[in-house]
Amino acid sequence: MSQVKVEFHQADLSKRKLLKAASLGGAALAVAPGIKLFQAAHAKPDGQPVTDKNRWGLLIDVNRCADGCNDCVDACQTENGWGSGSTDEQNSRDDQKAQWIRKVSVKDPQTRREFNMPVMCQHCENPPCQDVCPTGASFQREDGISMVDRHICIGCRYCMMACPYKARSFVHEALSDQRAHQPRGKGCVESCTLCAHRVDKGKIPACVESCQHGAMLFGDLNDPQSPISTKLASIPSRQLREDLKLNTGVRYTGI
Amino acid sequence: MESKMAMTKKTAYETVSEHGLSYWLVLAVLAAVTGIGFLAAYYMEHNGHYVTGMNNQIVWGLPHVFAIFLIIAASGALNVASVGSVFGKVEYKPLGRLSGLLAMCLLVGGLGVLVLDLGRPDRLITAMTYFNMKSIFTWNILLYTGFLGVVGLYMMTMFIKSWGQYTKAAGTAAFIWRFVLTTGTGSIFGFLVARQGYDAAILAPLFIAASLSIGTAIYMLVLMWIYKSTGRDLGDEVMTRLKRLNAVLAVATLFFVAVYHLTNLYITQHHGVQGFILVSGSVYTYLFWLGQVLLGTLVPVALFWSPSFTGRSSITAGALLIILGGFSMLYVVIIGGQAYPMDLISGMQVTSSFYDGEIARYTPSLPELLLGLGGVAFAVLATLFVVKVLPFVPQSLADQSEA
Repeated sequence: MSQVKVEFHQADLSKRKLLKAASLGGAALAVAPGIKLFQAAHAKPDGQPVTDKNRWGLLIDVNRCADGCNDCVDACQTENGWGSGSTDEQNSRDDQKAQWIRKVSVKDPQTRREFNMPVMCQHCENPPCQDVCPTGASFQREDGISMVDRHICIGCRYCMMACPYKARSFVHEALSDQRAHQPRGKGCVESCTLCAHRVDKGKIPACVESCQHGAMLFGDLNDPQSPISTKLASIPSRQLREDLKLNTGVRYTGI
Repeated sequence: MESKMAMTKKTAYETVSEHGLSYWLVLAVLAAVTGIGFLAAYYMEHNGHYVTGMNNQIVWGLPHVFAIFLIIAASGALNVASVGSVFGKVEYKPLGRLSGLLAMCLLVGGLGVLVLDLGRPDRLITAMTYFNMKSIFTWNILLYTGFLGVVGLYMMTMFIKSWGQYTKAAGTAAFIWRFVLTTGTGSIFGFLVARQGYDAAILAPLFIAASLSIGTAIYMLVLMWIYKSTGRDLGDEVMTRLKRLNAVLAVATLFFVAVYHLTNLYITQHHGVQGFILVSGSVYTYLFWLGQVLLGTLVPVALFWSPSFTGRSSITAGALLIILGGFSMLYVVIIGGQAYPMDLISGMQVTSSFYDGEIARYTPSLPELLLGLGGVAFAVLATLFVVKVLPFVPQSLADQSEA
């Protein structure tokens, strides 16, 4: 199966149609002005390890992220079985419920400019969560995706203390309604996996696929020809808390 | 000099056999509180942490305050033994055994609380077999368990006559170990670059000073209680030395606290969190000024140092206030440091469903309190029990003029 990356400018074409078209096609296709489809990395065959040939990342255009739109959050919940995507966490208070991705409203108090942006695990190259984890449960795949190994997470929450993005959640109660591809459990910490289970099959993360405003671009930061790399090379972009020099895999433009 | 000569004479240690009903009653109460602590931990682990006041903003709550309090108190309680063995102050040597015992018991109590507050305490074996050596937590796991071993050996050099020649070497090793241990505990917070309330190397020496002060205060309380309840003599010379030492340590702690805050007040980026702790009027502000500075430092230092206060009740009050101050400090550092929101985008106001940009709310729950108290009770229970079965306590610590 081919890996498909969708440019920001999707206009009003159905994304599913684009994906289907791309899967049938081969090399880069120019469907219409401003709309480009690229065939890039192939799906990783089962049984083969992830390699550092790729470094997966996101580019988020805050100017396109619509106020009041929660599609990326909803899609993540459905895909990964948390929040409205699960019947679990009925006992937990709102401040105890997991949030893998959230919409953040930002306002510059000086200029009064306002914008929105989704914030999730930033998949740092040098993740503080991994540094502090006593057991190594917080780990990073070769392709740059930060994850939690639920088998050896002891629930100490030190990674939550260390994460500058508040990207991690602790599960406060027993769960039963889970996705087969995304096991969760009481007493462990969890966060965005960049939909690694989809990426490994050549798909894009659920949040990116759901965005109707073309605000999210997923791709390979290691491939200079990938849409995300070419875009990043041509426009100004920022990392959240770039003062920490974590070299995040998630970048923002328009901030 | 006269007293030094007298102290170098052989000290007679005895198990605590003189006891009335009160000793057993206290042990029974401590055992009950320890048991309730275990039940509270079971309740929280069985249901999950939703029954606590903790949440995804305040991820370390009251149990961590208790646990870290006990751990740094353990390190500090060894101070009395170190002064005797390492610095050669013979007046302190008879106090060494109890100092080491108290240190070990406090550490076990603190570790117990820490472990029982894990999301998966059943995976303790995982924590002991999977190590990420870049994590200060991993280092602390090794430092804490190593502390028990090193202090245990140190104790043995005090008990086994033929090992006596190694007491100074073992005491020095334990002294260095406990310095590194408290540095590691302070660095749990000092290494957290993400949060403005932490990310400061001075937290390590601050924790060391606080540990010495709190540990000495707890030691004085335990010492006075054991001697009072068993009718043994405890002279004013010993207690005057200890309380003055405690006063100096409390002032040293306040010095590091002052440097920490004044340094941060100079940094514009940190004005927000400093204002939140020092002036906002939140519970953390009251705990800082009233609990930590006034009642927890200035009043006990006056009680310990002023010639107007000479009785044992003033020492007891002072030691209890030092403990209050230390607890307040840790509550402010641990909970207050998490309550202040992280700076996601510099200079911007942020809001979200995940409480970005908001002061995080936290109300400790009863089970959390009971777990913490259980840890304290266990530490004291273990100490009081061991002194009944092993000769840790000198038969008399009477002043030389009385002896």
